[in-house]
Amino acid sequence: MYTTREASAIVRAGGIVLASILLFAGLSTVVLLFHAEGGAGGALFDAYLFGVARFTLLQASLSTVLSVALAIPVARALARRRHFPGRNWIVRLSALPLGLPALVATLGIIEVWGRRGIVNQALATLGLDNPVSVYGLAGILIAHVFFNLPLAARLLMAGLERIPPEYWLTSANLGMGSGAAFRLIEWPVMRGLLPGIAGLVFMLCATSFTIVLTLGGGPAATTIEVAIYQALRFDFDPPRAVILSVLQIALTGTLLYFMRLLGTPAEEAPTAGRAIRRFDGKRGRLSDGLVILAFTLFTAAPLLAVVAAGFASDLPRLAFDPLLHRALATSLAIALASATLCLAVAMPAIAIAPLAAADRAPAPLRYLAGTLQATSSLILLVPPVVVATGWFLMLRTFGEVGRFAPYVVVVINALMALPFVIRVLEPAYRTHIARTGRLAVSLGVTGLHRLRWIDLPALKRPLLTAFAFAMALSLGDLGAVAIFGADGVVTLPWLLFSRMGSYRTADAAGIALLLGILCLLLTLPSTASGKNARDDA
Amino acid sequence: MRKTLLSALALLSAASMTVSMALPAQAADKTLTIYTYESFVTEWGPGAKVAAAFEKTCDCKVEWVGVADGVELLTRLKLEGEGTKADIVLGLDTNLIAEAKATGLFVPHQLAPQGLTVPGGFSDDTFLPYDYGHFAVVYDTEALKNPPRSLKELVEGDPDDKIVIEDPRTSTPGLGLLLWVKSVYGDKAGEAWAKLKDRVLTVTPGWSEAYGLFTKGEAPMVLSYTTSPAYHMVAENTERYQAAAFSEGHYVQIEVAGMTKTADNPELAKAFLTFMTGPGFQPIIPETNWMMPVAATDAPLPAAFDKLVKPEHTFLYAADEVAANRRAWIDEWLSAMSAK
Repeated sequence: MYTTREASAIVRAGGIVLASILLFAGLSTVVLLFHAEGGAGGALFDAYLFGVARFTLLQASLSTVLSVALAIPVARALARRRHFPGRNWIVRLSALPLGLPALVATLGIIEVWGRRGIVNQALATLGLDNPVSVYGLAGILIAHVFFNLPLAARLLMAGLERIPPEYWLTSANLGMGSGAAFRLIEWPVMRGLLPGIAGLVFMLCATSFTIVLTLGGGPAATTIEVAIYQALRFDFDPPRAVILSVLQIALTGTLLYFMRLLGTPAEEAPTAGRAIRRFDGKRGRLSDGLVILAFTLFTAAPLLAVVAAGFASDLPRLAFDPLLHRALATSLAIALASATLCLAVAMPAIAIAPLAAADRAPAPLRYLAGTLQATSSLILLVPPVVVATGWFLMLRTFGEVGRFAPYVVVVINALMALPFVIRVLEPAYRTHIARTGRLAVSLGVTGLHRLRWIDLPALKRPLLTAFAFAMALSLGDLGAVAIFGADGVVTLPWLLFSRMGSYRTADAAGIALLLGILCLLLTLPSTASGKNARDDA
Repeated sequence: MRKTLLSALALLSAASMTVSMALPAQAADKTLTIYTYESFVTEWGPGAKVAAAFEKTCDCKVEWVGVADGVELLTRLKLEGEGTKADIVLGLDTNLIAEAKATGLFVPHQLAPQGLTVPGGFSDDTFLPYDYGHFAVVYDTEALKNPPRSLKELVEGDPDDKIVIEDPRTSTPGLGLLLWVKSVYGDKAGEAWAKLKDRVLTVTPGWSEAYGLFTKGEAPMVLSYTTSPAYHMVAENTERYQAAAFSEGHYVQIEVAGMTKTADNPELAKAFLTFMTGPGFQPIIPETNWMMPVAATDAPLPAAFDKLVKPEHTFLYAADEVAANRRAWIDEWLSAMSAK
């Protein structure tokens, strides 16, 4: 797989990455733990917190099961129907919800599912006067599925497209039906991916804040993340915020640990690199079509609502708004930097996995790889508000804090995108190294040459996808900027909230449209229809 | 691998340089740094006009630092402690005063401004008011023909006419409504909430979310301010959204400013506080901050403000009473609102 020199470089890089992540997140929490002043005290674990923890896990579990279960037929249908008009655009939609601030997406969802939304109006014309209520658990689930179904479907589809095309040839020769193909070819691949995807979705839903409060209907719907926010802001009790964060990580982490046990990666198989051709395309046309149509309607309708609201705003005036230009430049700079940093951090974490999985891997190496994987996953559970506050406290000793804000925001965004990027890259890399690893070493193409001539060309598409995801996440994130305040750092989400907070709803809609267009543009390079079908992985 | 990392770092620092270059340059000799909430310093906010007016009188430069909102302002101060750059902190409300004083970062203003007309008779040795607004239920006249005329009618009205409220754990208006209900219902507040619960469509984390839902037509009522209709009348030329006058009275939010003990130039800070309660500052407030001025202005208020609800009675808890009871009252709210 690797030469000795490559292996030691990867291990070194992995060690550095792990130490940096732990240091970055750890330092800030330690600082907060010792910043015990003005805390209102009170019992830490009471019945209220117990209820909050229970609801957090309940809604996250349901959201995850729904998102992932629905993603399976969608991914299957999309992988099987490789050529139909608009397919690329449907795939591109998948990164879009990530790049929208939760509030924007929530308002889009309400245009569709709300009391005055399209669905209820349609039902009303049918004579049903009992509208579908989006406020409560149902609304939370709809919103979470809206955010995560496209993500899960995209990741599963990428896995299906990595299946050696020879399999489809053989399955056609054997006369396999759709059921057999699912059982013998598709399901083993998906089963290997599901724990990782489900884990990611679960973490995203467990830390949901705006969606849960806004659509939850009342304080019975509260996540631990809300309690953390409350502890850090209204109560200003940093140690409590840290302890709640630890509780969040412990609870979710335990669940994720058991989830990981459920699946094992599918075995890798060689391929001659022929074009993917699905011989089973004649069957199931109707059902695939219906699945894809339903998926597209569900995902696109709220987005269209956002777009429509955006076009209703005073776009010409916005286009010449100097503050918007500044926010756009800042957001793009931060997103570019954080996506680059994220990929740089993710690479060692991914490259180390095949080393640790080798039969005679030493225990410390396995331990390093395991910790690295767990850390880069669980980092999503560390509330950005906690990390940002910790760094604020540390950095104030070095002068004006505002100056450091962009750096901290870049690093926090990069870390938050890490679990996404790893989900995109890791399976692709595993397949890639299984197919080319030994050959490259035996041909003596190693080190940077290998990276340049073998790894990068083959991994171009997943790398671009990962980069797009990371940038979209960073573009839509308000998080850390809010802590550091607007001392010159004005990002698009910040501007959006600022307009919204001063009655300028139309301007906010225009900015949301801009964010949506940016995220869509980001996905273009990774979904461009190349001539070479191998690129489709 | 190393190459990627290096180029990433180069890009990273280049990007952040561009961002930090965009920071405003440090100003000349005498600078007054004012921390405030962000909407005060947006392009429509009062910030720029206030700075220009004050700079004419002081031969100094005003530097604004805007953070998300009033609560964040206090958090920011607690984080910065005595290292804070702030000379003036403008934008706390009366509910935050007790906690702000407890930080020990503020000093008494030693001023006695005349002619302040603040409802509820607020006066404090450390903080001076600069504007106020009454909380109110704002309703959509096209969706609701018979708005509630009292808090009691709101609580006991038709559960099918919904209201969107804010969460007292995360937002100032949310806390305002909590205190309003407590002022009117006292020990029976829990029961009132249990009843009102059926009318509450949802509880949002902040004002923006609630108002967004309201203007999207999801609910005919929202908890906002008596001044909200003025924005729609002035900027959008519509009288569609109106505030409901409640017969019991309305709870007030008074926004205040104070000077820090680390102020570089205490005289300058005092000069600003005096200016703040005077004719150079007060007339700017109504149409930029959409709140009521605390002193009589030379020119009459904009016409839209004449049409606003003027509460006959004002509720206001003393700052230390809020500080002492906030947690217990929020718990009461939580258990009433979470009950099945």
